[in-house]
Amino acid sequence: MNDLLTRRQVLGGMGILGLGLLAGCDGSTTALNFKYGKDLSNEIRGRTFKLTDTEGETKTLSSFRGLMPMVFFGFTQCPSVCPTALARAAQIKKIMGEDGKTLQVIFITVDPERDTPQVLDAYVKQFDPSFVALRGTLEQTKQVAKEFGVFYEKEPIGDTYTMSHTATSFVFDSRGNLRLGLSPSLSAKQCAEDLLTVMEVC
Amino acid sequence: MTALFTKAVSRSLLAVSLLAGVSLSAMAQTRVDDAWVRTTVPGQPSSGAFMRITADADSKLLSVASPVASNVQIHQMSMTNDVMHMGPVDAVALPAGKTVALDPEGYHVMLMGLSGQIKEGDQVPLTLTVENDKGVRETLQVTAPARTMKESMDMGHDHGMAH
Repeated sequence: MNDLLTRRQVLGGMGILGLGLLAGCDGSTTALNFKYGKDLSNEIRGRTFKLTDTEGETKTLSSFRGLMPMVFFGFTQCPSVCPTALARAAQIKKIMGEDGKTLQVIFITVDPERDTPQVLDAYVKQFDPSFVALRGTLEQTKQVAKEFGVFYEKEPIGDTYTMSHTATSFVFDSRGNLRLGLSPSLSAKQCAEDLLTVMEVC
Repeated sequence: MTALFTKAVSRSLLAVSLLAGVSLSAMAQTRVDDAWVRTTVPGQPSSGAFMRITADADSKLLSVASPVASNVQIHQMSMTNDVMHMGPVDAVALPAGKTVALDPEGYHVMLMGLSGQIKEGDQVPLTLTVENDKGVRETLQVTAPARTMKESMDMGHDHGMAH
């Protein structure tokens, strides 16, 4: 009896949420067909990070629930790929118009030793005031990179250093499921198209 | 006697080639176009400078100096499987007549140890040292305006990193 009821409830729920279920909004992550980016629906990455924002508040993936987080790893002294990716993200937001409001750009520094919260905050906000920068200790940074499968490494130059790192932008749906990897070679327009596909799902 | 004569000839030949070298260096020209420097936010200690260089003889860019930075280096960015690699290079080859771009997608000039914030509209002096295949060096003075990343994207870089 109890089992039956449960089953009926589930079936009823399916009727109401049918569309959502088919589209994968039940938490399962059916593969998506992206035109330009890489489908990461079956990869479990970046779920448990705990980092600090520039206001000193602790942030996890669930802090951004309901939004479509786009995570990029970089450092503020990066001369090329980081500013290019962030400027592209700002363009994507513009292209998406109203829909772009759910896009939450998150910049995670791989250089917490030099990227102070003040510099990070000013740095990301010059691209768009809605962009968020996160920072961890050296150990937390190592952890979060590992969790995302992101490579980063110091390249010593004299008494200073620059950094090499993965330049993929990782996109989660509004339920916190990783969905899409965007290569730095894609244009803002191409990215925006794939992001709309993520939005259709959740 | 013969040896002496040969010596004299070779000496004059040396003088001629030296003269030729001088006139060549006077003629050798390297052009720099569209130089710009990226603006920084307060406290950001480094930035990048970008430009297009065209040398009329096979040459190489050896170094860049600027009064706004204590350490200026030429770096190369390369992308392998979406991993960005960065590192200094000894020189950038400038093949005769070919325009070489120093842009966010390849070679660029790193300005490290900045003396202050680089603001929009600032004019940043750069001194380039170029050496041609004869070993003759020339220095070029360039003034690069500071641009925000957004501005530089608006100027025709909305196609992503790949050409």
